[in-house]
Amino acid sequence: MMEALLPALVLLPFMGFIVSLIIPRKSDLLLSRTSFVTAGVQLMAVVLFTSAWLFSGHVPVNVKEVVVYRSAGYEFFLDLYFDKVTAVYLTMGALLTFLITIYSRYYLHREEGFKRFFNTILFFISGYSLTVMSGNLETLFIGWEILGVSSFLLIAYYRDRYLPVKNAVKVFSIYRLGDIGLILAMWMSHHLWHENITFLKLNNYDLVHERLMEHSLVGVFISLMILVTAAAKSAQLPFSSWLPRAMEGPTPSSAIFYGSLSVHIGVFLLLRTFPFWEHQVSVRIAIALLGLCTSIVSTLTARVQSSVKAKIAYSSIAQIGLIFIEVAAGLDWLALFHFAGNAFLRTYQLLVSPSVVTYLIREQFFHFTPREHSFEDTWPKRLEYSLYVLSLKEWNLDAFMYRWLWNPVKAMGRNLDQFTIRRMLLVFVPLYALGVVALYAQDRLPGALNTVLPMVSALIALIMVLRAFTERHHVRRALLMIIMGHFWVALAVSFNEHFDIMHSLLYLSGVVVAGVVAYACILWLRRTEKQVNLRRFHGHVFEHPRLALVFLLSCLGMAGFPITTSFVGEDLIFTHIHPHQIVLAGLVSLCFVIDGLALIRLYARVFLGPHVKTYHEVAYRSS
Amino acid sequence: MSNPGTNKVAVNGTTFDLDHVLHELKHYLPAQAPLKDFIHHNTLHAFQSEKFEPALRRASAIFGYKVCLTVHQYRDLFRKGRIDEQVLRRVVVSRKGIKKVEQWMHNVLEVPYAGGVRPRVGELRAHWKRDRRIDLDSQVHTNLFRILNSYLDQGIAIWHFPVRDKGFLASIREIERSSLVGFLRTKRAKALLLDQTTNVGQLLDMLVGDPALYEHYLFDQQFAHPGWSGLVAVIESDPSSLLDRRKITLEELITLELLLEIDVLDDHFPKGWSPLAKGLVEHPTPLFAPVAMTEADQVAAIWQEAFEWTCYDEALQGLLQNSTREHHPAGGGAQALFCIDDRECSFRRHIEELDPSFETYGTPGFFGVEFYYRPEHGRFNTKVCPAPITPRYLVKELDSKGERKKDLHFTEHSHGLLGGWIISQTIGFWSAFKLFLSIFRPSMSPGTSDSFQHMDQLSRLTVENQDPADREDGLQVGFTVEEMAARVEGVLRSIGLVQRFAPVVYVVGHGASSVNNPHYAAYDCGACSGRPGSVNARVFCHMANHAGVRELLRERGLHIPETTQFMGALHDTTRDELVFYDEVVIDPVNMRQHLKHEELFRKALALNAKERSRRFESVDTAMPADVVHERVKLRSVSLFEPRPELNHATNALCVVGRRSLTKGLFLDRRSFLNSFDASLDPDGRFLLSILNAAAPVCGGINLEYYFSRVDNHKLGAGTKLPHNVMGLIGVANGIEGDLRPGLPSQMIEVHDPVRLLIVVEHDHEVVLRTIQKVAATYEWFINEWVNLVTVHPVTKAIHRFSDGAFLPYAPKYTAIAEVDDILDQLEEEMENHPVRLLKRA
Repeated sequence: MMEALLPALVLLPFMGFIVSLIIPRKSDLLLSRTSFVTAGVQLMAVVLFTSAWLFSGHVPVNVKEVVVYRSAGYEFFLDLYFDKVTAVYLTMGALLTFLITIYSRYYLHREEGFKRFFNTILFFISGYSLTVMSGNLETLFIGWEILGVSSFLLIAYYRDRYLPVKNAVKVFSIYRLGDIGLILAMWMSHHLWHENITFLKLNNYDLVHERLMEHSLVGVFISLMILVTAAAKSAQLPFSSWLPRAMEGPTPSSAIFYGSLSVHIGVFLLLRTFPFWEHQVSVRIAIALLGLCTSIVSTLTARVQSSVKAKIAYSSIAQIGLIFIEVAAGLDWLALFHFAGNAFLRTYQLLVSPSVVTYLIREQFFHFTPREHSFEDTWPKRLEYSLYVLSLKEWNLDAFMYRWLWNPVKAMGRNLDQFTIRRMLLVFVPLYALGVVALYAQDRLPGALNTVLPMVSALIALIMVLRAFTERHHVRRALLMIIMGHFWVALAVSFNEHFDIMHSLLYLSGVVVAGVVAYACILWLRRTEKQVNLRRFHGHVFEHPRLALVFLLSCLGMAGFPITTSFVGEDLIFTHIHPHQIVLAGLVSLCFVIDGLALIRLYARVFLGPHVKTYHEVAYRSS
Repeated sequence: MSNPGTNKVAVNGTTFDLDHVLHELKHYLPAQAPLKDFIHHNTLHAFQSEKFEPALRRASAIFGYKVCLTVHQYRDLFRKGRIDEQVLRRVVVSRKGIKKVEQWMHNVLEVPYAGGVRPRVGELRAHWKRDRRIDLDSQVHTNLFRILNSYLDQGIAIWHFPVRDKGFLASIREIERSSLVGFLRTKRAKALLLDQTTNVGQLLDMLVGDPALYEHYLFDQQFAHPGWSGLVAVIESDPSSLLDRRKITLEELITLELLLEIDVLDDHFPKGWSPLAKGLVEHPTPLFAPVAMTEADQVAAIWQEAFEWTCYDEALQGLLQNSTREHHPAGGGAQALFCIDDRECSFRRHIEELDPSFETYGTPGFFGVEFYYRPEHGRFNTKVCPAPITPRYLVKELDSKGERKKDLHFTEHSHGLLGGWIISQTIGFWSAFKLFLSIFRPSMSPGTSDSFQHMDQLSRLTVENQDPADREDGLQVGFTVEEMAARVEGVLRSIGLVQRFAPVVYVVGHGASSVNNPHYAAYDCGACSGRPGSVNARVFCHMANHAGVRELLRERGLHIPETTQFMGALHDTTRDELVFYDEVVIDPVNMRQHLKHEELFRKALALNAKERSRRFESVDTAMPADVVHERVKLRSVSLFEPRPELNHATNALCVVGRRSLTKGLFLDRRSFLNSFDASLDPDGRFLLSILNAAAPVCGGINLEYYFSRVDNHKLGAGTKLPHNVMGLIGVANGIEGDLRPGLPSQMIEVHDPVRLLIVVEHDHEVVLRTIQKVAATYEWFINEWVNLVTVHPVTKAIHRFSDGAFLPYAPKYTAIAEVDDILDQLEEEMENHPVRLLKRA
């Protein structure tokens, strides 16, 4: 009975989302009603289900839902799971979404993009529900990707201004980093279990214990990858600076996503995988230490923030740091309780944040004392000033990301400037043909070559996507490079196994179809617009909203978003990489990450940001 | 070359004079005070010394502002009948001559104009990105804004800027000197910062290298973040605009920004870099070079004038037709003084409709009494009169019973590590409950800005000065009898209330209530510096009821009968509630009257709420007035309601004359109404003081709405939904944006961008002489930032002011319809409603 109902909880928000897509833009009332009804029914269903589950002995429920793809030794299936962690997260999600949809119905009234807002919210909550109800890493990954994309869309909600778009890309890139962690964790766990293991099975102590005894390093690797992913999503060190920057959308969306649901999803991942790393003491210490450092650093940062939303964001991060410690200590009930309280508190604080002027100015008017000391004033000056400046600069975390992550990547890409499109085609197409020939003649090649070839192919793929990522002028060149990158990845992996053309086809078919559509979009755009390049943001969505949507979808398709076959293909590709090929796995995952970034960058540069045409109001870049 | 280290240099005849440039910058930057003192003003005040049309053209070419609707939008209005064809044709004839009418009508109606502006400001600094491939702003702004915000912060941060009593740069220098981690990364920039002799000229030599470009560079730089720069300039000139004062100058801000730029450049180009001017092939267009007029500009100007006069003509026609109707002189009922505010326009109409014997008057809502007010336990004095006046008086509140509730959600504890741990797991669940309540049962909360909280209803005020030596903060506590009499007389004579006093005369100030609204001050009374007018109303009544004052007034020929009593009140324009003050002083006979009036006010308030509700999409206007009224009240305390009221939106007129001119005329809350009786003021003495206030106050409100409407991005604050409160002094989008001065889109979206038309009921020759007396006032008229017509009190002839003279003017004739019940007609629509005559009972 329980099993039969579980999928309904996931499908409900998805259905609401689909319905909301169909409703015409002008029917405000219908749109808000759809969201309201979806959220309301979802809330009722969740409450009823949870109550029934509690009364029926609260044993974890697991449903193997759909097998998406199956081939020899490989099965990609969706799996749902429900336990106390799911119960709490799902209830919180449904409750907050319900409240916020009612709130936003008035708050966003007459706002341009009213429909887009509710579409995105429903999309988000669909992804969220899927994530928290997922029964294996693959299902979780689908939800995870939806969360990432809907976050991007919400942050860039005011897409005609510079900062929201810039910050949306920034946050997306951090999310993408987290995604590598998850991809690598999935890859390694395929090899550890020889299947797409369900979370239910992880509860089996003997099974996990036995396997980890044999492969303790593999266990640590998977756990650390999970930690990276969780830290990125929950804005722990060194990723913290994205959270305040995500507060670019309408206040209620910031409140619910960056104040509560989205930012606690890292905690969820830890709680969900707890049985896996429970007995790895080193991992538990690492998690607790990370949480501790984060909470100290963000508390200091929160104390110096002079904008109200940044202050709330850092306070929230600090609490999540504490929740990390609680999770590491095995206090899962406390962590869940703390999560709920923190989520409610920060949501409400963000919602009432505009009132802070009335309230605090009044306080100041009646209670002002000229020099209020903060306790830091008693510290030695050198210490006080240093900590103050550091906290004010958010411990250079934002700069750190640039300096050590994005700038080197960009620099690498820039060094590849000499690859013009013609040269690329001239060099790499024959080279690729050679690669394919080598592939068919694999058995006759010397063994050493067989180990080097995959690496070389992957490296070429990386060069391609890097080049696309740093392309400054031609959109089409970047697109071509991305597509070629995918081909090289497929080639690299094909050397590894007994060549199964179906796997490569599955992977490449999605990419190619999406790539062709994207290419066609740009051709179409260039017919009417003079300025289409990557030098700046162009904001063409102002005049071409539909084209922008198609282009976005095809970009997502190319990036392995679960709308084309490439999504399964991507997972499949990784199963072909052996556990000892850590470099190859690293290269390929790096390819995927940069690939996603490059595509989102393309979309943002061409369609988002301040419009190149200025016959209407255009915002300052600094707004 | 210039001499390094000077702020004044001369090269090849071009000079760079820092003081001059700073002066110019302050002139052109937005002049909006911190949020608590939000006062409406002409957004483009810097251009007011020029005529409206060329000024706007220049503003657009230099700063990239959009200054009118697009041709497309005008044509749309034309199709909807909102711009009249006859008026349009008249405008074309007057501008282009009869011969070219058809050609220009074609231009106006058909020719496609691309539009679009490339502002001159920013052109020079753009070369960093174009030539050197470095995006300075993206690396400098975040740092600069957070340093500024932390230094100026009024109470959001828990850990304050560690050094703050020394001035901006000195404070930063001290921190930089002792801190292990600096604001700057590179050695040279750091050394320059620590060197006290470093000045702007020297830094510009390094960065730009050609003094001829320095002014342009600084404009480019500061107008990349006009919000912060403007605020710093305001604070520099008026440090008291911050309760917790800070010393800062625009020069310091510029110095720091230049240093940050050098820092970024040194860091980015470790091998060195050359000044911007080097390698600059083309010099940018000088900022203030003449601006050519294009055909598109002329078409836009024609449209704008036609749009405005379509609206004006209808109103003028309404006034004319109204004046031909038979008037029953009111009297015998009660009298009430209101603020000239356009929001009182409908309230007055409803009162008069319900009781035709009720007479209403309009005068600026500080009621001629200018002073600082200090509520009980207040640590500061707050100004409650028009912003340009500097009062010499203090009125204190005593015996206040008002309580201020606390809200844990705004406390510092929830942001501490352990405090947050405890609070999130306790109060956190309380928040969920509060969130639930705030959505399903909104109610007053400590975060609400409540107009009635400005002064406790039952407190006492120190209105009368007991002893000239009684001074606080350099202000005289209260007014002497003589001073009181002068003020009461001034107001009564200026509005023409000198005889036939009713037994009860109400003096009604106004204020507004809202929650989750950083712009709350903009909703209160503009004539009281963005505060509710309750104290002023009460103070005025105290004065007018004072026996000594009455005595003095009698000596001066102003007889107020002993039976007449004045009663102060406050009208909350958001909630449509009215509170009376000092009811105890009313004698029993008048009290009976008052009780009757109270019922009348209650009804009028409900009707007013119903009329207002037609613009609120979420309220069903068709419901009974009392029900609608409750819904309207609910809006003011709803966290999720970004439009508690629409404030001055749709304002277009200002009528200075007797109420008989406008009584019974439906103007759709679009008019400021200032009472004035020409027969009592043959030489324009009172008129002068009325116009001295009305032009800048009403004109300022009108133009702020105008510009926020036509360019909500650059001249307005954009939508308020993503706003983030910065340091309690301003709002920004997100956490790293520039401050957003101007009005948010929610306040202006229903506003029609038309200039104010001031209608004066007086002989045009007297008016001409009067407006020319004060240069600052005359500038508003001669440069056409407001339009002006006169209606002769007797002949009703209309004259239009244009280029320094009054010419006879005949508005386009349209019969203004007479209606029985205007509210019935309003239920259906949200757009501006045409002028109507109300049938007399």
